[in-house]
Amino acid sequence: MNDDATQPIVRMQALNKHFGDLHVLKDIDLEIVPGEVVVVIGASGSGKSTLIRCINGLEEYQLGKLEVDGSQLLPFGKSNRALQRIRTEVGMVFQQFNLFPHLSVVENITLAPMKVRGWSRADALETANRLLERVGITDQAHKYPAQLSGGQQQRVALARALAMEPRLMLFDEPTSALDPEMIGEVLDAMRELAKEGMTMVIVTHEMGFAREVADRVIFIHQGEITEQGEPESLFDNPQHERTQSFLSRVLTH
Amino acid sequence: MEITFQFDWAAAFGSIPHLLPGVPWTLLISFGGLAIGFFIGILFGLLRISPLRWLRWPAIVYVEVFRGTPILVQVLFIFYGLPQLLGSPINALTAGIAAIAVNSGAYISEIVRGGVQSIERGQREASLSLGLSRSQAFRYVIWPQAFRRMIPPLGNQGIISIKDTSLFSVIGVGELVRQGQIYIATTFTALEVYFMVALMYLVITWTLSILLRQLERRGLAGQ
Ligand SMILES: Nc1ncnc2c1ncn2[C@@H]1O[C@H](COP(=O)(O)OP(=O)(O)OP(=O)(O)O)[C@@H](O)[C@H]1O
Ligand SMILES: [Mg+2]
Repeated sequence: MNDDATQPIVRMQALNKHFGDLHVLKDIDLEIVPGEVVVVIGASGSGKSTLIRCINGLEEYQLGKLEVDGSQLLPFGKSNRALQRIRTEVGMVFQQFNLFPHLSVVENITLAPMKVRGWSRADALETANRLLERVGITDQAHKYPAQLSGGQQQRVALARALAMEPRLMLFDEPTSALDPEMIGEVLDAMRELAKEGMTMVIVTHEMGFAREVADRVIFIHQGEITEQGEPESLFDNPQHERTQSFLSRVLTH
Repeated sequence: MEITFQFDWAAAFGSIPHLLPGVPWTLLISFGGLAIGFFIGILFGLLRISPLRWLRWPAIVYVEVFRGTPILVQVLFIFYGLPQLLGSPINALTAGIAAIAVNSGAYISEIVRGGVQSIERGQREASLSLGLSRSQAFRYVIWPQAFRRMIPPLGNQGIISIKDTSLFSVIGVGELVRQGQIYIATTFTALEVYFMVALMYLVITWTLSILLRQLERRGLAGQ
């Protein structure tokens, strides 16, 4: 555990990642401090997902240094004890929700706290119900994921991740698979979370949301951090030509 | 020309008591073999998708050998061939069960592999991201979903294996076909007796189909 609020919770140094011949992340340097909300933007295929998936070891990297919540994550996925520990402290929300379809809503949420944290069923249930209320899902605890709307599923997925009481939350395009009318309810839940001080790394195409909640916006182009800064300066006054052309494309849509 | 041919219903029904003793043998060989085959299938199916190459290839060889050779040859090999190797005879029932076990095991390996591989990558990733170990992810998330998808092809394999036992009359186990042959040798009513034999297989396989469909429906009720 790393409780020193000034110590970065994520520390990437010259991180490099290849998929075969494809050099996907190039010398990424990135530090994230507790409480910070970082939004990652960039074109399709630029490496946004790969970047945040390295943080919880869903992708392995080959070169550089990566420290998460005070533990070293080794290159080449050399699975060390740290990996498991990091994953219990880092939650993730996926574009496709990835709820467990064979488990009810409440079972989705209680599984990891019981099996990983060793909580009693009663404790896990209490937490689950509290979180469901918090993300605005009531009276659906015993339904199965397929019986919920996309927006509800994603909010359950958020509750599932929060049940592990993570110190850092990763979001990979959490609203991209949703019908437009459901995007708001998921963003609202995330906004709440940001307000409560959760450290968050969010890949999204929702620029309005990014501008509103981000402490820092990072623009990635072809595996490199081209530009980063506070949302106002990055959105209103981008320094790099690539950032300008990317923003002009997404903001006119 | 006059058609002299006639189906003798009395002979057909009369054969039933002589055929029924074959039913328990057919069921014993089928389900005994399938039960063992199920465990073989899980074992080799999981080896087949292991990240370690030296665990994968024995499973590949096993599947290729037993899927690529006829079950009739397999049972003849076990019943007549293996005793020469072992120096002691194998009884026909054991040989029949063993043949169904190794043969269905090969197909079930593929069913298990396909079932596990059909589960979306995101399920495993979500599990790992929650801190579950790889084995916990498999046990609580991947396998229960994979097993549900395996039920229809497993049922299919069960039906195939039940029918395969009819070939084992060649090694003299007293299963359904064998009982029919013995009875026909004294009555010469091949048409009626084989008709009844076929009917009995249908009753067995239909029953299994219905049970499986209920199991499937119950499994899906949760989703
Ligand atoms: N498992 C993989 N194997 C090989 N190449 C991959 C793999 N995953 C991603 N890539 C490639 O790596 C590059 C970066 O992919 P990544 O998914 O990180 O991009 P992204 O910025 O998240 O894009 P999108 O906005 O479309 O989600 C892409 O060129 C992609 O094709
Ligand atoms: Mg992506």
